[in-house]
Amino acid sequence: MAGLMIERDVLIEAPLDVVWRTITEPSQMSQWFADRVDLVVEPGAHGYMRFGDQGGPVVVEVVDPPTRFSFRWNHPDGEEPVAGNSMLVEFTLTPEGDERTRLRVTESGHELRAWPDAEKQRYAGEHSDGWAEFLDRLAGLLAKPRSG
Amino acid sequence: MTAQPDDELWSAIADPSRRRVLDLLVSNGAASASWLAGRVPFSRQAVAKHLVVLERTGLISRRKQGREVLYQIEAGRLDQATRAMAELAAQWDRRLAAIKRLAEAAHAENKERNRHD
Repeated sequence: MAGLMIERDVLIEAPLDVVWRTITEPSQMSQWFADRVDLVVEPGAHGYMRFGDQGGPVVVEVVDPPTRFSFRWNHPDGEEPVAGNSMLVEFTLTPEGDERTRLRVTESGHELRAWPDAEKQRYAGEHSDGWAEFLDRLAGLLAKPRSG
Repeated sequence: MTAQPDDELWSAIADPSRRRVLDLLVSNGAASASWLAGRVPFSRQAVAKHLVVLERTGLISRRKQGREVLYQIEAGRLDQATRAMAELAAQWDRRLAAIKRLAEAAHAENKERNRHD
């Protein structure tokens, strides 16, 4: 499903297993993500992430070492995270040679949280054009001086 | 936790058909519902529905010109949506940069240790 999905990637000069540990070990996660991460990295595990004096629950979805890791977050405390009340973060690791790894992350679900179910399903089933492309085009047009 | 724009704005621009309508208004300036309907692959009724949603979220506004109603982009609101999305992407760029630093430092350390063993 293409929608309001954020998609970024980075090329890292380190082998797959090192990158995998960096993104999945809670002690490492606390250095690039939250201030404190209480989490067991296995499918279905519930954890908590703290950002300063704020925080929120996180639930692990996929753990497929050393190439796929995903979790849901930003869902209301006390609710089970599902598509519609949370954001899904998915990491994909691809080796590019022995000592180099492409790390790709997507975050989706930003737009779905307040939608009625029927609208969500219709939207999810729809083939859509690229959001990023639209955004670029829009940003370019808005940057132009406006007449009138 | 993250900069969240309001949900109504997200859902308004998440729909590909509505993005098509916005796109036409951005590139053309003000336009009527029937002009828009002639340039999209969906019905006039659908165009009318999308215009209602877009107007409600403040992304477009309407004015009367003679007997016609023209719709136009509200640049400030659209810019707000664009910036919110760009900010979320920038947050992930910062996180990925931190992951890269950590992993490359760990890798350098491993290599150094192996050399001494």
